[in-house]
Amino acid sequence: MSTHTLSVLVENKPGVLSHVAGLFSRRAFNISSLAVGPTQDERVSRITIVVDGASTPVEQVIRQLDKLIRVIKVAELDAASTVERELALIKVKAEPERRSQLLEVAEVFGASVVDMSPSTLVLEAVSSPGKLDALLAMLDSYGTCELVRTGRIALARGSDVITKDDTESYAAESAA
Amino acid sequence: MQQLTGAQSLVRSLEQQGVEVVFGLPGGAILPAYDPLLSSSLRHVLVRHEQGAGHAAEGYAWATGRVGVCMATSGPGATNLVTALADAYMDSVPIVAITGQVPSAMIGSDAFQEADITGITLPITKHNELVTDIERIPAAVAEAFHIASTGRPGPVLIDLPKDVLQATAPWRADQWPPPMDLPGYRLPGPPSMAAIRAAVQLLRRARRPVLYVGGGVIKSDSHAELLRLAEMAHAPVTTTLMARGAFPDNHPLALGMPGMHGCYPAVAALQEADLIVALGARFDDRVTGKLADFAPRARIVHADIDPAEIGKNRKPDVAIVGDLKLTLAGLADTMATTGGPRGGPGGSAPQGGAEAPDTAAWLAVLDNWKRQFPLRYSQDADGPLKPQHVVERLSALTGGDAVVIAGVGQHQMHAAQHYSFSKPRSWINSGGLGTMGFAVPAAMGAQVGRPGELVVAIDGDGCFQMTAQELATCAIEKLPIKVMLFNNGFLGMVRQWQELFYDERYSEVELGTAIPDYVKLAEAYGCIGLRCERADEVDAVLDKALAPADVPVVVDFRVHDREGVFPMVPAGQPNDAIVLGPEFTEQEQRAATRRDMGREPSNGEPSMMRERVTS
Ligand SMILES: Cc1ncc(C[n+]2csc(CCOP(=O)(O)OP(=O)(O)O)c2C)c(N)n1
Ligand SMILES: [Mg+2]
Repeated sequence: MSTHTLSVLVENKPGVLSHVAGLFSRRAFNISSLAVGPTQDERVSRITIVVDGASTPVEQVIRQLDKLIRVIKVAELDAASTVERELALIKVKAEPERRSQLLEVAEVFGASVVDMSPSTLVLEAVSSPGKLDALLAMLDSYGTCELVRTGRIALARGSDVITKDDTESYAAESAA
Repeated sequence: MQQLTGAQSLVRSLEQQGVEVVFGLPGGAILPAYDPLLSSSLRHVLVRHEQGAGHAAEGYAWATGRVGVCMATSGPGATNLVTALADAYMDSVPIVAITGQVPSAMIGSDAFQEADITGITLPITKHNELVTDIERIPAAVAEAFHIASTGRPGPVLIDLPKDVLQATAPWRADQWPPPMDLPGYRLPGPPSMAAIRAAVQLLRRARRPVLYVGGGVIKSDSHAELLRLAEMAHAPVTTTLMARGAFPDNHPLALGMPGMHGCYPAVAALQEADLIVALGARFDDRVTGKLADFAPRARIVHADIDPAEIGKNRKPDVAIVGDLKLTLAGLADTMATTGGPRGGPGGSAPQGGAEAPDTAAWLAVLDNWKRQFPLRYSQDADGPLKPQHVVERLSALTGGDAVVIAGVGQHQMHAAQHYSFSKPRSWINSGGLGTMGFAVPAAMGAQVGRPGELVVAIDGDGCFQMTAQELATCAIEKLPIKVMLFNNGFLGMVRQWQELFYDERYSEVELGTAIPDYVKLAEAYGCIGLRCERADEVDAVLDKALAPADVPVVVDFRVHDREGVFPMVPAGQPNDAIVLGPEFTEQEQRAATRRDMGREPSNGEPSMMRERVTS
């Protein structure tokens, strides 16, 4: 599945997320993953949206997002030059006899144990989406009791930033 | 420093913004704002239903190019504005709606008359804001007007909790306009010269160009630039339902309206074109018919201020994003100054040093089509009164000089087809949403914006009954609109679809012509009521109706109940499936379908039917 990762800078104001989410439902675009959080500028939040390229007219999504008044900037991140991460917390069955095997799997995938009970483990994994999928597939055979996974977050590699000119013009406008 | 309440600050901001009129109706949550109105220079028009306030604001905006303003209370007052906001959103009409909201502390508690109006209108406004801080009122108002009127225009809603209206804060007299905080709102810069040059090159090479003109030309006031470009490029022009009046219908290059009920020459020209220059138009399904079969041989130049329209429906070869007035001026200037390939044998005299494109053969084909396949209907002297006849007489008697507002249905299409428009902002209708009930209140708003001018609503009997109560407003406010009620006793357009696509099984479309008695209804509302049942009475009744009056006039035209709107491209079908209708012979229909590109028109018997060539 080809996905597109959009990085959307928005004003940190009430209702902005519903504007963005509302656009997707109104225009029948599908969101595969969504993550929202603050940026280094408290007036600006960053929403990372992953859409499925096959079912979504990505150009249209970008242009329509750009039209929302509270959206400051939309950029599509090029998969090849982007660092992408997701975080998952996974509660797995861990009978004593399979526990060491399980810990080996976790180590291979760089996941750490953050909680333990006589019959379960909670693993924390931070990794690229593909690697995370592979871990989850492995853990299935042990019995996944509960899973929580964040939306994808992503940042362009290298010194490129999408914030620069906009934060500057924001500052200029606010000063005007 | 002067202390003002939020309500006073709102009214002061509207005054500063240059607002002259607000259409509205008060209620609990917005009450504080109505008090300072008493001592304000703002005119408030008290409507009978908030939907009327919304459409009036739209009519005002269409007619004047300025932002229309409407106001309502929270809950039901606000939800009554929803239809008008959706209408304004679809048709890119600049209006600002101001709604009261329950006090901040009660928001979310299902308080009396609470409705989440910013949530409800999120997908049908260009922007909206719940203002929670009294100090933000001036900026919120300034931003609302800025957003509504710039770029691609649209509706903006400001929701004001009652406590915010009642609080007090200092008013900084020297601070208007207040600083705006819109980091995400950027307007397109000037159109790209490279794109303009590329478009001109295509125009020069095209042998079968069509200028496909949408509402953007009206909104950007660029009709003069359009005329210049069309004449320079020798390119025919089709004006969509949103753009009637952007190009004079009596101009030899005018093709009339395209689309589902478009004129044959316009529909066929788009299908045969080798180049379509879309100007402030959006390739709406009602224009393209089945998209995959639309204009199969045409290259596309798409000029629009909204980048999201580019490629949304049809991928362009050249895209020009920016203010259409600049784009059109740029196209015309470039056309005038740059040389192109030699015109062919039929090429005309050079203009401004450059050779004009050779479209002579194409224009000849189009002229043939105009002669062969005009809008056609028959009006027997003692037969039933035809709506097309009424429109044509109205057009003749007003010299095409009225501001015409339509409802939605057959009467709307007959009006758009048969009225001969010559000026922009003389045609106002609900194009995108197709809102029945639009005409009377929109006419009211247009009349407020253009006092002293002849404002004529062409309305259907179904539509009229959705918002007729605004006649009371018009009568009391001395807004002398003329309502031409096309009373066919049916939801005519729906009846037509049932006739054509549901085997003449008529389900719930008959209204009857007699109830209500529209003449008495008009009189009850303090208006002049007239009735016209026969073709030979039309001129006399229109003379009476169009005479200056200080109250509205309603004319009950008893029009033929079986009349259809033609031509017609059935919904979802390719434009090539255009049906000319019952006034044409099978032979003519076949010829139209074949779309002969070279043949001379047949010199058959002159038709007994009345015809109106669209140029
Ligand atoms: C609010 C609304 N409801 C329903 C429709 C569907 N509709 C489109 S045209 C039409 C008939 C309009 O009847 P009338 O006003 O008598 O006009 P006519 O077609 O008879 O000229 C209807 C019901 C609509 N466009 N708007
Ligand atoms: Mg009717």
